[in-house]
Amino acid sequence: MIRAVLGRGGLRGRTRTLPVPVPAGGLVAEVVGARIALGRRPVLDGAGLTVRAGEVLALAGPNGAGKSTLLGVLAGDLVPDAGEVRIGDRPVGAWTAPELALRRAVLPQAAALSFPFPVADVVRMGRAPWAGTDREDEDEAAVAEAMAAAEVTGFAARPFLALSGGERARVALARVLAQRTGLLLLDEPTAALDLRHQELVLRLCRERAAAGAAVVVVLHDLGLAAAHADRVAIVHGGRVAADGPPSEVLDEELLGRVYRQPVEVFPHPRTGVPLVVPKRTVPGA
Amino acid sequence: MTTLQKTPGAAESRASRESRESPENPEATDTRGTHGSPDSPDSPRTAEAAPRRRSTATPLTAGLLAALLLLALLSAGTGAYGIPLGDVLSSVQHRIGLGGHALDRTAESVLWNIRLPRVVLAVLVGASLGCAGALMQGVFGNPLAEPGVIGISSGAAVGAVGAVVLGLTFLGNWTVSVCAFAGGLVTVLLVYAMSRSGGRTEVVTLILTGIAVTAFAGALIGLFLFFADDAQISQITFWQLGSLAQATWPKVLAVLPCALVGLAVAPFHARRLDLLALGERPARHLGVDVERLRIALILVVALLTAAAVAVSGIVTFVGLVVPHVLRMANGPGHRFLIPGSALGGAVALTAGDLAARTIAAPAELPLGVLTALIGSPFFFWLLRRTRRKQGGWA
Repeated sequence: MIRAVLGRGGLRGRTRTLPVPVPAGGLVAEVVGARIALGRRPVLDGAGLTVRAGEVLALAGPNGAGKSTLLGVLAGDLVPDAGEVRIGDRPVGAWTAPELALRRAVLPQAAALSFPFPVADVVRMGRAPWAGTDREDEDEAAVAEAMAAAEVTGFAARPFLALSGGERARVALARVLAQRTGLLLLDEPTAALDLRHQELVLRLCRERAAAGAAVVVVLHDLGLAAAHADRVAIVHGGRVAADGPPSEVLDEELLGRVYRQPVEVFPHPRTGVPLVVPKRTVPGA
Repeated sequence: MTTLQKTPGAAESRASRESRESPENPEATDTRGTHGSPDSPDSPRTAEAAPRRRSTATPLTAGLLAALLLLALLSAGTGAYGIPLGDVLSSVQHRIGLGGHALDRTAESVLWNIRLPRVVLAVLVGASLGCAGALMQGVFGNPLAEPGVIGISSGAAVGAVGAVVLGLTFLGNWTVSVCAFAGGLVTVLLVYAMSRSGGRTEVVTLILTGIAVTAFAGALIGLFLFFADDAQISQITFWQLGSLAQATWPKVLAVLPCALVGLAVAPFHARRLDLLALGERPARHLGVDVERLRIALILVVALLTAAAVAVSGIVTFVGLVVPHVLRMANGPGHRFLIPGSALGGAVALTAGDLAARTIAAPAELPLGVLTALIGSPFFFWLLRRTRRKQGGWA
């Protein structure tokens, strides 16, 4: 109790183990047979996922399929009723909150803020986990780099609450990038963004993966997933229905069944990347 | 974590304009040239990445300290028996062995037995309430929260009223204060325990439980009042209106440990409170043990508020308004806000008590009435102003 009041073990615990980089292709995180029920309805029903370093993994699937829940399980926010979740070499529950914060960064669907902090301060909050470690020296560089990457440097001094939805989303992304963790979990980072910034965000994901990080990103736009992800996992009914390179997973029959909407999949005429389009009849034809 | 309490660029230009327009304010003009105040050791690289304003924390702290000192001296000298400021200073100097001289017996007695304990108590109670308010708003991520939300004030009131009506005297003059303290603390722990489930507490559950418990406490108070005789009712009313008129050195000594512990512990949680502004989950993603932080801070708030309420009765609005004003002046960063609110609360209550004693002299207005009377319109004006400027509540 006294330790709680004095705040030991929060951000400056002395016993934190610092993360070791995982070589490309190495296992960063893993979910095996996760099962979660909300009330009596199973939200995850035996979902499994492996996350590897140097890879962008897109989670796609219809609304309510369990994508965000799976991401929450991976982040350690939700404890599954059954199954196993590992981050690094330990079960996710065996890490303390400060240790987890050195290993994975999470971008929530909606970015909230209760007090009018300026943008630069919000991004700087992403460095909080590293306070008291050797990598604290990177703080300013990491913040500046993340803000430049997410194109928010221009409004560094403005209050976060005065920004538009899309601008807030990019600031939240900059905060997550500034955390410089080996595992990035992004829940619909492109939802509020315009065309240019959607591309920017996924380019950033690829850059981070190329630099050795593992990136898991929930996406609704299958075209974006096809163009930028190394691997796509289709979540359906609380399970992972398909998991593999976009060219294999984005299959007309599978997508039509999962989304209950017939689709056409065809290669882009110039790049050959699969395009996914709902089957439409031309009015009057 | 060097620069968490910077405020936006728009405010920057406003602040520097103000400081230019007010050359008579030495602190304001001074900082324009000094870049290296304790709160802004900006590296050149940061300045490139994010052009930010210089901190107003240092001039603000200096201003508040100066105001507090001035008000304390003024309050010590003012009253039915006037004592010139010079005499107050020299008597204080004399007592702490730095020269000066003792005053005549009456003046010395008025100053040291009546005025100074009251001034010190005002400072302690004000600092406790201001600091507790800032903590509470941070913990709940809601600028409208105040310690009363989780039932401290109503619990303390039940303790005090119960002690009066049941005629408890097991601790002599201290009975009411001790019962108020115990009532406040027990209520908070009860609210917290009842709103906890599965190792977690949701803010909404906590607030709703607080409302339910407050209503129950209100019923208990009503019941006690029903059975009370006239003398007891007037004693209860007096306590509920809030006053520092009963200040004595022993009371100061009784509040001192609670206030000191609370005020010393609170700033250590400032950075985590900043992160908590992002929301519970994001804060946890950044390594904050949210549940532990909340327990710790609720305990600190309970300690600070229960001690303050026990000696002064119910004094509202200090904990609500002071953090608001400071957030507007220097941004929402808790590293300044927490100690700043303690200082601001001390200033507010010292001024309030001085006013309560002098406005209607020789009668004395109840302190709690005065703070609410001035506090509520001021708060309303603040809210309107903030809403216009920022397009939202903050």
